[in-house]
Amino acid sequence: MKSHVWRPLVVVLAVIAVVLVARKFLVPADFGIGARGYMYGWHRAGNEQQWKEVKVKYKTAAFCKDCHRDKYDEIKESPHRNINCENCHGPALNHPDDPKSLTIDRSRELCARCHTRLPYPNSSRGAMKGIDPKSHNVGLDCVTCHWPHDPRKEGHKR
Amino acid sequence: MISRRSFCKKSLLIAGGLAIPLSCLELFDPKRLLAEKDEKGPRWVFLVDTRKCVGCGFCVKGCKVENEVPYDANVTRTWVERYVVTKDGKTHIDSPKGARDGFPNKGIDIGHGKLEEIRDEDIEKAFFVPKLCNQCDNPPCVQVCPVGATYQTADGVVLVDRNWCIGCGYCIMGCPYGVRFFHPVFHVAEKCNFCYHRITKGMQTACVDSCAFGARRVGNLRDPEDPVTKIIMTERVNVLKEEYGTKPQVFYLGLSKEVK
Amino acid sequence: MVHGEAWTIKEFFTYPNEYIYWTIQIVMYPFMTGLVAGAFVLSSLYHVFGVKQLKGIARFSLVFSFALLPVAMLPLLMHLQQPLRGIEVMLTPHFTSAIAAFGIVFSTYGMIVASELWFMYRKHFVETAQSLKAIEGRSALQQAQYLLFSILTLGAWDISHEALEADERAVKKLAGAGIPVACFLHGYAGFIFGSVKANALWMTPLMPVIFICSAVVSGIALCILTYILTMEIRKQLALRHRLAHPELPSMDELKSAESHVVAMTSRYLLMFMVAAITLELLDLIFRGYTAVKSWDILRSVIYERDFVNIFVVQYGLGNLVPFVLFLIPGLTIRRAVVGTVLVLLGVFMMRWNVVIGGQAFSSSFSGFMHYVLPLWPDSMETLKEGLVGALIVAGTPFCIFYLLNKVMPVFKETH
Repeated sequence: MKSHVWRPLVVVLAVIAVVLVARKFLVPADFGIGARGYMYGWHRAGNEQQWKEVKVKYKTAAFCKDCHRDKYDEIKESPHRNINCENCHGPALNHPDDPKSLTIDRSRELCARCHTRLPYPNSSRGAMKGIDPKSHNVGLDCVTCHWPHDPRKEGHKR
Repeated sequence: MISRRSFCKKSLLIAGGLAIPLSCLELFDPKRLLAEKDEKGPRWVFLVDTRKCVGCGFCVKGCKVENEVPYDANVTRTWVERYVVTKDGKTHIDSPKGARDGFPNKGIDIGHGKLEEIRDEDIEKAFFVPKLCNQCDNPPCVQVCPVGATYQTADGVVLVDRNWCIGCGYCIMGCPYGVRFFHPVFHVAEKCNFCYHRITKGMQTACVDSCAFGARRVGNLRDPEDPVTKIIMTERVNVLKEEYGTKPQVFYLGLSKEVK
Repeated sequence: MVHGEAWTIKEFFTYPNEYIYWTIQIVMYPFMTGLVAGAFVLSSLYHVFGVKQLKGIARFSLVFSFALLPVAMLPLLMHLQQPLRGIEVMLTPHFTSAIAAFGIVFSTYGMIVASELWFMYRKHFVETAQSLKAIEGRSALQQAQYLLFSILTLGAWDISHEALEADERAVKKLAGAGIPVACFLHGYAGFIFGSVKANALWMTPLMPVIFICSAVVSGIALCILTYILTMEIRKQLALRHRLAHPELPSMDELKSAESHVVAMTSRYLLMFMVAAITLELLDLIFRGYTAVKSWDILRSVIYERDFVNIFVVQYGLGNLVPFVLFLIPGLTIRRAVVGTVLVLLGVFMMRWNVVIGGQAFSSSFSGFMHYVLPLWPDSMETLKEGLVGALIVAGTPFCIFYLLNKVMPVFKETH
């Protein structure tokens, strides 16, 4: 090793040593190989928990039922029984604390998602009751005539 | 003749030299890999019944709100495609805004903000196909991540570490299904994760909860009593783009050859 | 705004999340690494295989390769959504990804080139440091220079004949070791694309080989071009200083040396160009003949949408025209300049047609995406991934070369 020819190698080794030391400090301690091996499971273990902690926004009808039993029972008896409350009323979040009241979407566009007539034979859409929003009582909200919790009943116009 | 001194020197050098590559094996210790692999716990899968889907797009809306993907950004974790096959044999496909607002127009969105009108009597067959991340058993997106920022958990869900992703976009390129995109706020790769915060609490995903037609269902493949598992095991199910060898875990009922 | 929306125009059906995510910077990246690898291979032809005719350009191309090296990294950093996290490729490399090899291959290659340069310029470093040391009462600048050159010697002050011979042997070995590493550096850039099974245009095992061949072509072309440019400047200087310094080479000497080097080098350029075109055409013919599922959409991209880019600009202007220009006997300097510029254009268009062309169609095979290069930057995004960003990347190596030339004079005769 006396020859000067090895000098660049010494520099290279020093650089590698610096990188290795830096890795010790910069790589999170929980970084490693997970359940799916090195190919599919090379990750920071703590991240799984971070994803589990994401806030739940839609609490489902089971949550609404506790306070709004009457509404829940009404819709469950109707052809709209499978539609979740939050589809039209918006996500519950921390209701009733925050927000105190939910913003209800009463727009024509909301109803039109299912009830615009599309004659598609291979989809249950084709068999659904539908209208042409361009000609069917333009300008009026659907809820004026149709009661969304039970479409068999009349709407807000009494 | 080799002197004792040089013999000692050389053998030390060889031993040291060998130690360096051997130390790399520490990263890939196969025994440790095997020990950490457990087959217990759930394996989340998804079942889509395309015959039941009506294209209302409530699933897309619910997903965007639940998973904090900016509502007006033109990217989405899940979307619904519309397929209209006309009598002349042409297939028309669209998914305006990912069907966030359903399909408000009868005309097919062909880009540049133009619609192609199709007469009702020309329709041979037409249906909707919801799409989401397939949580593949061999996820190509995970394989190509250069830094280990995306990975698969023991229960089969592919997650992205928002604190570690460098945003190179290789995973987006690697996904044959186009489910990945850059999150407009966090500027890292983003994808459907079966609402990991919900399914790990025993809830359904947001899209399943918002579907009024039972077109979407999430299940656990390791539980033989799970109704979704039963359907996958006993009925004629299909998956998307099997030819890529990704082993997708979103199963479809009523798939058609036109579906891309 | 979603990343990619600013420059993507969609047509027919594309998946909602599909945009052109890899843009001009990813075109620049293989182009720049190609130049690095090509310039290095050129210099190695002299050092390893003893191609004497290339002596004049060998040292020049090595220094130029070193100047290009940091710039190969620049487009990647400009492309990353989180550039500050780029270092993670070294911290937690995931070697099942082609990109993860970047950190290791790139630094290995950098170290080889740096060491080779050190051996080549050690005598110069020592001599400069010693002459500076001899000056009594050095100015601040001279003191800084003295320190710089002293550090650059790494404490090896021995410039005896034996020591210099040892240097030369080391250069030869490093140049030999560098060829596979340079090929790997670029071949893996091809692998990054070739291994993406989700992309019908990219996925082919030929991709790394095609990339290496066209890399050598572009590297040689750039070296010829830059060599001619610097020689022209030297000629002008010679014209001006000839009277004051009669020891400088005369105009005619420079001219004959220049045309000799250019003629020799362009022969190697032609060889690699033939290899590159052969492979590219093989790939194209094979795709058309086997006509798998993706061929319908690929055909409409290759023969219709990108026809001008591929067949007129890349193969016509970039390959055929320079091929003819170099083959006509009696190669003149002016013809060589036109030829090399066209070759560089051709290789750049090849990168463009691979990177942008590969994203010109949806992976649903039912729609297209059109890339609109942002010319005027109206946001950070369009600055980084637009024309301005590409020009920054293209200009930087020349600035670095200028600085490197101050420390390691390319044209000064050393041992």
